[in-house]
Amino acid sequence: MENTIANNTVAVNEDGYLTDFSQWTKGIAESIAQQEGINLTDRHWKVIDYLQEKHNKEEALSIRGIKKSGVIGIKEFYELFPGGPLKKATKIAGIPKPKSCI
Amino acid sequence: MKNLLILGAGTSGTMMANHMVSKLPKEVWKITIVDQFKTHYYQPGFLFLPFDIYGTKQVKKKGKKFIPKGVKYIQERIDLIDAESNTVHLEKGEILPYDILIIATGTKIAPEEVQGMKGPKWHDNIFDFYTFEGAKALRNKLRKWDGGKLVIHISEMPIKCPVAPLEFAFLADAYFKNKGIREKVDITFVTPLDGAFTKPKATKALHYLLEEKGISEVSNFNIEQVDYKHNKIIDYGGAVVAYDLLVTIPPNLGDSVIERSGLGDDSNFIPTNKATLQTLAQDNIFAIGDATNIPASKAGSVAHFEAEILTGNITRFINGQPLKEEFDGHANCFIETGNGKALLIDFNYTQEPVEGTFPFPGIGPLRLLKESRMNHMGKMAFKWIYWNMLIKGIHIPFVSATMSKKGKHLEKV
Repeated sequence: MENTIANNTVAVNEDGYLTDFSQWTKGIAESIAQQEGINLTDRHWKVIDYLQEKHNKEEALSIRGIKKSGVIGIKEFYELFPGGPLKKATKIAGIPKPKSCI
Repeated sequence: MKNLLILGAGTSGTMMANHMVSKLPKEVWKITIVDQFKTHYYQPGFLFLPFDIYGTKQVKKKGKKFIPKGVKYIQERIDLIDAESNTVHLEKGEILPYDILIIATGTKIAPEEVQGMKGPKWHDNIFDFYTFEGAKALRNKLRKWDGGKLVIHISEMPIKCPVAPLEFAFLADAYFKNKGIREKVDITFVTPLDGAFTKPKATKALHYLLEEKGISEVSNFNIEQVDYKHNKIIDYGGAVVAYDLLVTIPPNLGDSVIERSGLGDDSNFIPTNKATLQTLAQDNIFAIGDATNIPASKAGSVAHFEAEILTGNITRFINGQPLKEEFDGHANCFIETGNGKALLIDFNYTQEPVEGTFPFPGIGPLRLLKESRMNHMGKMAFKWIYWNMLIKGIHIPFVSATMSKKGKHLEKV
């Protein structure tokens, strides 16, 4: 389905995640973040860059992996994206939330 | 003489030994396979061991039995892969040169990665069922356990056999019902993902199983530690789940030899081309099965399909031909739902599991994404297929290496 985010028409699924990463822009990220009640700072963008890099390499995301990469401490990660940080951060970053085979 | 060296004699390594021995002229190529352990386990059987559905003898055999004549078998720990010099160093000092290397070193659980998991209560009231020892210890526990809070938990993704924790929950429900103590057991499924089911079609088709079997879900739980003194798991956000019996899937990592050799990512998986199965490290190093970092499921069926395609690509590599970008992430997995029924799912990188029939459109006889007794018979028959066909590199009739769209209920775009 389609949605208008930050004056752009983008393809999203029922949960509001972008289904076409090439449509993502920083403006879209800020718009989604606003909806989640988050103001994006440099610390947020650092995490978003990391998540997008993992997405482009098709590598799985995990809290342990984030911790090991040193991109950000986990306490801070939870503070930046309160309430299900992986869920929220991936949505803002325009990538799918972590999934399994079913 | 040229050398083809295979590291790991589990499912993938054994299949590749069988495939390649019939493809490479023995006057030109010497094939060697190395594994640190003499036992070959049927890992899908670990799910059944805790519930006394299988006995210990049914899940293990001597690995050497399945290595074909013409392949040299060495049982020894691998110390280092020296990609620069095309050699592999074994623990006792022998150095094996190779022209082509196939890494099939698999994935192991690493409970020590989570604070408090592998502590004094490990295999006391905290169990895994992803190892022979863990599954057996859990069997002994369940035989005398008279009820309480059973928590089935996934630490992080990826894990081998992503459906196994759900299967465990379904089989546990049946086990306690059959024992007449189901009302004394509280079953909770705890996952770091957004739910027990994460794909839309599967969620719609299968969520009823959780309600029907009285299994509660705790989602988005990222475990920080096991407070074994107070029988609680605690997540980074402060969420707490109490347990009397914790059955956990610890973090899954690639073999430590990959880390020692500087070839892996931060989980010791090997960066590999997801369509050709050539590693990104060196042209003459290929990888297969659970050891890779590709986004396919870590499952035996995936390794079986990969083996057929990798065999073709190694042959092309030897002949100086370009590799085919053939592998599509195909997986075909049974999911036990308890009391003689199971589901079947068939999917790949781009196609989520959908309903339909398999392998023949309309006829089946297996049903996709629907419970059936035929599916359960298929799962049980699979043990015979594994030992007698799959690991011997024999093609399974009517099941192609890449996923077929036939028989699937696909939406018209």
